[in-house]
Parts: sequence; C-alpha cells; structure tokens
Amino acid sequence: MRGRREAGVPAPLLVPALLAVAFLVLPLLGLLVRAPWSELWPQLSSPAVGQALRLSLVSATAATLVSVVLGVPLAWVLARSRIRGRSVLRALVTVPLVLPPVVGGVALFLVLGRQGLVGAWLDEAFGLTIPFTTTAVVIAETFVAMPFLVISVEGALRAADARFEDAAATLGADRWTTFRRVTLPLVAPGVAAGAVLCWARALGEFGATITFAGNFPGTTQTMPLAVYLALQRDPQAAVVLSLVLLAVSLATLLLLRDRWLSRAGAAA
Amino acid sequence: MSLAASVAVARGPMTVGLDVAVADGEVLAVLGPNGAGKSTLLRVLAGLLRPDDGRVVVGTDVWVDVAAGVHLPAHERRLGMVFQDHLLFPHLSVTDNVAFGLRTRGVRRGPARAAAREWLARVGVADLADRRPGQLSGGQAQRAALARALVGDPALLLLDEPLSALDARTRLTVRAELRRHLADYGGSTVLVTHDPVDAMALADRVVVVEEGRVVQAGTPADVSRHPRTDYVARLVGLALLPGTGEGGTVRLEGGGRVAVAEQTAGPVFVAVRPESVALYPSRPDGSPRNVWPARLVAATPHGSTVRCELAGEVPLIADVTATAFAELGLAPGTPVWASVKASEVAVYDR
Repeated sequence: MRGRREAGVPAPLLVPALLAVAFLVLPLLGLLVRAPWSELWPQLSSPAVGQALRLSLVSATAATLVSVVLGVPLAWVLARSRIRGRSVLRALVTVPLVLPPVVGGVALFLVLGRQGLVGAWLDEAFGLTIPFTTTAVVIAETFVAMPFLVISVEGALRAADARFEDAAATLGADRWTTFRRVTLPLVAPGVAAGAVLCWARALGEFGATITFAGNFPGTTQTMPLAVYLALQRDPQAAVVLSLVLLAVSLATLLLLRDRWLSRAGAAA
Repeated sequence: MSLAASVAVARGPMTVGLDVAVADGEVLAVLGPNGAGKSTLLRVLAGLLRPDDGRVVVGTDVWVDVAAGVHLPAHERRLGMVFQDHLLFPHLSVTDNVAFGLRTRGVRRGPARAAAREWLARVGVADLADRRPGQLSGGQAQRAALARALVGDPALLLLDEPLSALDARTRLTVRAELRRHLADYGGSTVLVTHDPVDAMALADRVVVVEEGRVVQAGTPADVSRHPRTDYVARLVGLALLPGTGEGGTVRLEGGGRVAVAEQTAGPVFVAVRPESVALYPSRPDGSPRNVWPARLVAATPHGSTVRCELAGEVPLIADVTATAFAELGLAPGTPVWASVKASEVAVYDR
C-alpha cells in the first residue's frame, strides 16, 4: 500500500483560503442568480448588443494579430539577442502591465491625438485621424494586451532548449531559417497560450479604450463600455451583457486548459 | 577533407589552447575529463563559438582566421555534427530531420526526402522514417542523428560524446556501427569523448586534453599502454608511477624501488597493469624482486574480478578473482603483500 501524505490543512490557512474562494466566486454566482433569464433572448438579439459584441470580437482579434506579429519578434530579441540594455527594454515592455489603463489611454492620446507628437504629423501628411475610431480601439487594446503575449512567448523561448538552434546552424540554417523552421514550432504552444491571454485581456479592455477611443456605438463602443453604460440606464441589460462576457471568458479558459496550457506544461 | 586547427579561447581563469590536425578519412579522438576544453574546441570548429585567436582550415577553405578577421558562420560550413543527446527536432518526422540539412542548402523536398530515406536505411532505421523523435529509443535516435549529420556529405564530421547517453548494451552495438560508418566516410572526423573505450575503438589517433592543453597524443594503443598523466592511467586502469631510472631499477618519486626488465636512466614512468599484481596475506617465499607491503584502501567489483586499490610505499591497483578476494579475507585497511614480476612492468621515458 502506498502511504498518503498527511492531508489536514491547519485552520489559520484553511479559513482565509475559504474566504478567498468565496470572495472570488460569490460575485460570479450573484451574476448568475440575478440574471433575468426570461429576458435573456430579447436582450441578446437587440441590434445594440450584437453591434457591441461584434466590435469587441473583431477589435480584440485584430489587437491579438498585431501583438503576435510585433510581439513574437520582440520576445525573441528579449530572450535570445545579446543587445545592450536588454533588461531596461524588458522593464519598459512590462510597464503597460502595471500602468493603470486610463493612463495608457491618456498617453496614447498625447502621442496619437490630433495635436499629438505623431498624430499631428499623421493628420498633416495623410489626413489621418486616429482618436475616436475603431483603429483607436485596436491600438488601445494592443497597448494594454501585447505585454501579456511578449512575457508568455519570452518565457517559452527561455524554456526551449537553445541547443536545437545550434543543431540547426550546423545543418546550414541561417538565423532566420532557424527561427522559422525550428524555434517557432518549438515555442508554438507558448505563442498560442500568450495569444489567448492577450485576446482575453483585449476583450476586457475598458480604461484605455474609453479614454483614447471614446464611446460611440458601432465604432468604438465595445462590450465592457456597453456594460458600464447600460448599468446606469438599464441594470437588467448590464447583467445580460456581463453574462455574455463571462461566458466568453470561461470558454477561453477551458480552451486554454485543454488545448495549450497542458501541452505547454508538458513541453517545458 | 583535412582539418588543421589552432584555437585559443579564454574561459574564465583557464585558457583553452589546442592545436589539432586531422587527415582525410582519419578519426581523431579528443579525450579528457569534463571541463577540459574538449567541447569548446568542438564549438569553435562548428562555428558556434568565436575563438579569441587561431585558425581553422578545412581542405583549402579558411573557416576561421582571427588575425585576418575571417569567421565563416556555422551555417556556411560544410560540416555534420552529432550531439550527445541527439537533438533531433521534436516537431519534425525522422525523415524531415535528416532532410533538414539538404533543404536548407537548397535541395528540393522530393530529392531531399529520398536521400534522407536512403541514409536512414544505411544506418538501419528505415522503418522508423515517419515517426517523431520522441517515439525513438536512445540508440535509434542516435543512428538517425548520425544519418542527419552525414547526409549532406560534410567535409568535417564532429561527434560530441555520441555514445555517452546510451545504456551499456546499446552503446556496444551503436559503437560497432559507428565504427563501420566512420570507415566509409571520406572526410575528417573529430570525436570528443571522456570514455577511453570510445577513443580506442573508433579513433586512428588520440589527443588527451587536460585543463585546456594537449597533454598526450598518439595512437590509441600507444596512449593506453604508455599513459603520461594520472588521468589517462586511471582511465585505462593502470597504476602510473613516476621515477628515475637507475639501470635495472627505478627509484620512485614517492619512495620505493621497482625492478624492471630493461636498463633505464633518467626520468621515466613505470606503469603496472592491475592483472599482473599478485596479493599475498604474508611475505611470499622465494625471492621475487618486486614485493612491497601495502594496505587495502578500496575495493570495487570489476567484471568477474575485484579491483583493489592499494596504498603504501608503492601505490598500486590489483585485480584479484572474487574467490581470492574472499580467501585473503580482504577488507579496507587489511595489510597485504603485493608482488609484480619485473618483466610485467612497463617503463618508458618521461
């Protein structure tokens, strides 16, 4: 017979742990209990909700694509190159993780706004105005969510055995070929996990979006903004919208667990 | 193609400074303990590490010339490398792993895969061509790794401890196969190992490296018979005793005298094989010239015999049968008498 480890949890740990669980789970339960189930369908099928949901999904997906295209190379530079000031660079990259999103929105406005450093030039040279457009939503979401992807992919790159890249070099592969044919496939689970995290963060983005992109139904009003607005006018609608976001988040989490997190864990 | 390399790399307090030359079709074994600089040499030859000084020339091509500012990147060198833990790419099939080097050098997919399959057949793993490396045993993976290194007909083949990750039985068969493939291979081979058996079985020549320097070079037979450092002597299981020749005897540096069969003079090494040392519970009768009191320090089973380490005026290693070991009642600390015939003692200049 195999011995089992003593399973008792001391009370000073058990009580706070249970409180923590209650604290995290009760609000979500409350959402389910107070949901106006009978009004669910009429609410959901209203054009305003459909519009906000579609905009949220499209902009979060676009922000994730931009983050992958720019963030994976950045993660490679952080993990593999030997450039000077790499630790400073990493610190800068992670600033948006800890920065209040509203501050991020203000910063974006100062740079890309019509009077902004880059915005004024864009306006003059191309007649492009970014604030209060769907593009602004994608930019705000990318600003807030990309660090999640970069951190995740950098971790995967550090965990991956760099000697595979040595082996590729002895087989005639230059660094770009090695990246495409060896490194990227090796860290694919990490990239996928990072992309899902990034997408979920972008989907829930509120502060930077409302500051930089405003709140215009159809162009910049994403689900979180719609929820906030609805809460002031029609609390029932806010609950329904929240349920939708909750369902999307849970689906994402399940996808992560089954598809990528377990595989990424096995590979590491 | 022939290899001529002279390499200097500063590694912390130690400087690795190694000169090696390997002819066409020749296999050079670089033998040495961990941290001696063997892998550093291999990484410089492969182009994975820039040396602080030196030259690497393969055939007529200059791969490295630090003074002239030449450093050919790894992927532009015509070489094949086999790593200790095979490093087959886990996301590619065995065939695609072997075809990888051909593909990067511009061979089309079809011909590359055909050549890969042919090589997999040559190393005896043709039936595993469609598997992933994770589904292969250690021996199978190392065979596929050899195919991957040789498929592009490299000018230089580098083997980095190719057998040390394998279990003892697999190592035996893979070693024999490797020997056959090396005989067929026309380029130069550098084999890095810390296992003297690999060096003896596979190499035409051996250089022994300790602390970044070549301490001995020669044929495998010469190095194993006449070790020049304690490290090599211990590897090949000899007791190595430095001393001064005085005619028919050698006065050892550690004290004591050994009678030898030849006339010697000046600084010499005395090497004694463990199987030529006989042990007695008391001073043996008759008048053997080499008999010394000693004390057993350690005993380890070694095949069908027990290898006994002896301390005393003349430190020796003795192999005795398990029966003899029991009859002598040997235990650590037991005093014994050790004797060796003068004709069994090898003596050579230091």
